Amino acid sequence: MSRKRVLGVKNLNVRYKTQKGPVHAVNDVTFDVFENEVFGIAGESGCGKSTLIRALMRLLPDSADVFANEIKLGEQDLRSLSDKHFREDVLWSKMSLVPQSAMNSLNPVYRVGDQIIEAIQAHTSDNKKTARNRAAELFDVVGLQPDLMDNYPHEYSGGMRQRAMIAMSLALDPGLIIMDEPTTGLDVLVQERILRRIREIRKEISSTIILITHDIAVISEMSDRIGVMYGGSLMEQAPAIDLFESPCHPYTLGLKNAFPSIRSKGQELISIPGSPPTLIGEGTGCPFAERCPFKVERCSKEFPTVEKLAEFHEVRCFRHDETPELRELASKKGTWLSLK
Amino acid sequence: MAVKTRGKKLNHLKKVLLEHYRIIVSNRLSATGLIFIIFFLLIAIFAPWIAPNDPWEMMYDSNGEFASLRSPSWEFWLGTTHLGYDLFSQLILATRTTLLIGSISGGISIVIGANIGLIAGYYGGKTDEFLMRFTDILYGMPFLPFIIVLISLFGRHLEFIILAIVLIIWRTSARVIRAQTISIKQRQFIVAAKARGCSDFRIIYRHILPNVLPLLLLYAAFNIAWSIITEASASFLGFGDGETISWGGMLYELWLSGKTRVAWWWFAAPSICIVLLVISLVLVSRAYEEVANPRLRKR
Repeated sequence: MSRKRVLGVKNLNVRYKTQKGPVHAVNDVTFDVFENEVFGIAGESGCGKSTLIRALMRLLPDSADVFANEIKLGEQDLRSLSDKHFREDVLWSKMSLVPQSAMNSLNPVYRVGDQIIEAIQAHTSDNKKTARNRAAELFDVVGLQPDLMDNYPHEYSGGMRQRAMIAMSLALDPGLIIMDEPTTGLDVLVQERILRRIREIRKEISSTIILITHDIAVISEMSDRIGVMYGGSLMEQAPAIDLFESPCHPYTLGLKNAFPSIRSKGQELISIPGSPPTLIGEGTGCPFAERCPFKVERCSKEFPTVEKLAEFHEVRCFRHDETPELRELASKKGTWLSLK
Repeated sequence: MAVKTRGKKLNHLKKVLLEHYRIIVSNRLSATGLIFIIFFLLIAIFAPWIAPNDPWEMMYDSNGEFASLRSPSWEFWLGTTHLGYDLFSQLILATRTTLLIGSISGGISIVIGANIGLIAGYYGGKTDEFLMRFTDILYGMPFLPFIIVLISLFGRHLEFIILAIVLIIWRTSARVIRAQTISIKQRQFIVAAKARGCSDFRIIYRHILPNVLPLLLLYAAFNIAWSIITEASASFLGFGDGETISWGGMLYELWLSGKTRVAWWWFAAPSICIVLLVISLVLVSRAYEEVANPRLRKR
């Protein structure tokens, strides 16, 4: 199976300089995104999801250092582009963003339609009228009345603003759309409507999406492949079904226990004790070691390498070849409680 | 077709102006402020036609007596000076000078201050450091010695007085706008605008500027007010333009005459005008918060 690769990232690292020392927010992240798929990145708050995509879009502050062995969008190596070139030719036209808390991502003093028109005009030579027609079309696509274009953001509800941001991200038919927590902060009904709309859009306009969220339910429903992030590293990535049916990394196993499933009634939820690492300083070893019930001596000394278990199934764990036993142990509550 | 689009644009402009007008008028205080400003503007424009007498002419009353230090009466509405000059005519002509100085130096200083504040706040780092230390240096500059040196070098001319006022006044607006810019540039919609590929120029002037506009207009009003007050102070100390007359200049003449304790009317008229105009400017600028921030508008 060979599909066209849209985005290829190899060994991406991001370090923030802070007064307490460097913060290794993203650590050796490698992944590919293929055409027409939804690649989900799941992880709890502070695990580096947002930093990762901001690094890709060059939106990080100056205090962040980014280095990678490869960042390729299609055939183009993004690392060699100047900021100006990147801004004019890549941002939005080839890679767009539905930012986190899209609710606050609209400038309060401009009409919503004008902001979409601005995005179109910044990258094309369209005149205002063409751009406006295009914006109206986009409103239609995301299920907003085109006459709402002349309203201000504060006159929109949260869900409407979210749709407007999605409309904006579609404006220039980018090959890749990055959605950072697109449904966070919305109630479940609106969430469902937005997700359904995203699915419909995918049917109409074939597009590749990177979906970033902490919501396992959302990500399992939407994604073709999922990467699980913890402490700045991608711990496991696999096709969605494989990830939920045969997870390998202890963290993924723990996550699975912590989420209710519709099928198994009365199942008790088990949470992972402890809290995520702070990432300050040069961490040695696996970031999950502290909370891992299966850790061995090696785990806190060496940073595990990525192991390939199957095509598209990769895991970063020393004990990847003992998976069946670990899976058995992980389903027992006692295993996790023993950590406390 | 061209005519048609131009007509459309004019219509649009009319609509925008009407909306601004409606917002200012709907607030009673700012409406009052606007009335006073228009009143002063009309006086300034039509000054030579309104003033009944030459401001530098010694007046005689209907009995043929020299009218020195007369209190307000039907003949001399605002009284006269010790040299018999008609204060009403002086006040009318001084309005013109004062408004001119106020609007020119207030306008130039807010443009300088806003740009320096926006650029320093947006870029941060070394740019910010350089611009703000430069502002600090100006903060260390005492106004009076500065204007004395400038005036003694170039003479008592209106343009140098305006220059001196501008150089001193922009600093506060630059600082305030910088602070607000720093706060706004961290908002989510600026990140979104960057992600959309907007250039720095566009982000500064299209996305940040409208959001600092309420503050900017407030400081524009303050700057105009401060220019008027500063000019009055400078004139009062004798550094005004000797060729023209301003409200502050009138107070200076009063001081020179030594009749401060006697001629209350001489003191009252220009002072009240200064206070009224300054307050009106502040009131109107407050209503402008609503113009610039649609969220505050009543629907």
